[in-house]
Amino acid sequence: MIERFDPLKGVMLRILDDDGRAAPDLDPGLPDAALRALYERMVRTRAADGKALKLQRQGRLGTYAPSLGHEAAQVGLASAMAPDDWFFPYFRDLGAYLTLGYPLADYYHFWMGNEAGLRTPDGLNIFPIAIPVGSQVPQAVGAGMAMKFRKLGAAVVTTFGDGATSEGDFHEGLNYAGVYKTPNVFVCLNNQFAISVPRARQTAAPTLAQKALAYGFPGVQVDGNDVLAVFAAVREALATARGGGGPTLIEAFTYRMGDHTTSDDAARYRDRTEVKAWGRKDPITRFRLYLAHKGLWDEAYEKSVQAAAADEIEKAVAEAEGRPPASVDDVFAYTFAKMPPDLEAQLAALKATIPEGRR
Amino acid sequence: MIMTMVQAINQALAGEMARDDRIIVFGEDVGRDGGVFRATDGLFDRFGPERVVDTPLAESAAIGAALGMAALGLRPVPEIQFMGFIYPAFNQIVSHVARMRNRTRGRFTAPLTIRTPYGAGVKALEHHSESTEALFCHIPGLTVVVPSNPYDAKGLLIASIRSDDPVLFLEPTRLYRAEKQEVPEEPYEVPLRRAAVVREGRDVTIVAWGAMIPVARAAAAAAESEGISAEIIDLRTLSPMDRESILASVRKTGRALVLHEAPKTGGLGAEIAATIGESALLSLNAPVLRVTAPDITVPLPKREDLYYPNEDRALAAVRKLMEY
Repeated sequence: MIERFDPLKGVMLRILDDDGRAAPDLDPGLPDAALRALYERMVRTRAADGKALKLQRQGRLGTYAPSLGHEAAQVGLASAMAPDDWFFPYFRDLGAYLTLGYPLADYYHFWMGNEAGLRTPDGLNIFPIAIPVGSQVPQAVGAGMAMKFRKLGAAVVTTFGDGATSEGDFHEGLNYAGVYKTPNVFVCLNNQFAISVPRARQTAAPTLAQKALAYGFPGVQVDGNDVLAVFAAVREALATARGGGGPTLIEAFTYRMGDHTTSDDAARYRDRTEVKAWGRKDPITRFRLYLAHKGLWDEAYEKSVQAAAADEIEKAVAEAEGRPPASVDDVFAYTFAKMPPDLEAQLAALKATIPEGRR
Repeated sequence: MIMTMVQAINQALAGEMARDDRIIVFGEDVGRDGGVFRATDGLFDRFGPERVVDTPLAESAAIGAALGMAALGLRPVPEIQFMGFIYPAFNQIVSHVARMRNRTRGRFTAPLTIRTPYGAGVKALEHHSESTEALFCHIPGLTVVVPSNPYDAKGLLIASIRSDDPVLFLEPTRLYRAEKQEVPEEPYEVPLRRAAVVREGRDVTIVAWGAMIPVARAAAAAAESEGISAEIIDLRTLSPMDRESILASVRKTGRALVLHEAPKTGGLGAEIAATIGESALLSLNAPVLRVTAPDITVPLPKREDLYYPNEDRALAAVRKLMEY
């Protein structure tokens, strides 16, 4: 399917139209339960994201990068993954985290300012988020090389934004992936802005997807607000990767409906009419219409989905806020496998200055 | 067997690769060519192209990929062809490799050994002679190792590869073939984080590492003929530093000289001098002196001799210490 959408011809993979009607020849044909799961994951993501923003404004959570508008891309890509695949995220991946089973309480815990929240639970193959832009790309490729070397038969998905495609690490990583034909799926969430810098200032190329062609593997632009399109593209790319067919670059064309982070004010640099226009392409609304056409959505279902999300979120916030801050020992303990005497001395000296109850 | 440092490094790599099939060696020209200094000579034929991997010219990707490999259970040993080319990978080393254990509270670690030739004195091209070890010693979580002889090179490299922490293993190009030494065939570890007293003395302590050890030895021999007894500490692991060995020696001699071929300002000499000042001030009979490269860009080969400390400059400092 991917080869039918050549980025050089300016065609984008899209399955759902604005009214939620699926193109019959492209519909991945998921069973009803799987379709509802996609919807429920997107709703949970939006609710959990909104809660994080509220917590930030109340001073209960630190600087936060909101996911509003990215739900279809995040949920679609993660829903296509298998448990033995690996995920190398960037920093705006809430929907992917939740879909892959990362505890929401841990996610909040990290953004509240605790490293413990970044400790992926055992059994989940999720690398920690990457804040230096694009630096996760070569790491994901190394994981792909290891997967191939160890003949694990799984694949690696990594995410990044449109700004990351200007970084050297993007080029180096994709170049490696092409040379070694690694089982990597690169998903660029092109949300049109790198903080304030618009997509047109990142590259003169008409699409980001076409960059893959120069590295010797396929690239495809998909409608990033169409959960079925993202799901179908990533599923196919993963199958190719697992089968030894090498990497794929998927450009999920979307829009950052919120600010870059809670420290940003997007009104300073972008046009309200543009934001409004993208608001009409909302990924959740579009998929809700699709479910309604299929008889899979009604008000009662919506209420139960929203209630379940709200309940889960309240529990996660309570759990995250109920955790004690890291101890002084913990802050030092993970610098080396075994603490050197120097660091032991620094730890003891610091401890001596801190009252007993606050260590 | 009598061998050079580069042969000892090659033997360490071969032995460890034979022992542990999770070890992957990769970098520019490390495969068929055996490395520009021949450190990986023969490994490609013995272990195959899947474990001895020629890479595209991309240092950041090499170190980033090493971290990703480690996440999936491999023990990568990437080579950066010269230390002067490591800077594109600085972000990967500083922002990810060094802190992976901490930021994931131990779920992910970075058991990789980054090998790279470094230092002046071989009449190389521009960007092939710098000693920027201090940049890396400043980074918490990173272990920085420099051998000064073939025996240590083999044992320290084996210990580095077996370490669960990331190690930057700096190989002094000037010493690659400078001397031959008896090196055991079988694998052995020289412990990390431990300095060695390579010459015992009573009057003055010279702290040095890598290619400065032969300079320190020459200065100590010359001082001996003047009746001055110099002790030499080979730091071997620069970070985390074995401060106790330095302090024990200085408490005995009462005088200390730090010898390094890196520029003076912000160099490790300052850290060592401060350590002595903090913990052995009352043992001192003289201020701690530093003989280092000046704070200039390394000159091209015609005047490279001006740059790195030599026996005469070290000896002059030793005499000065004795004058107090």
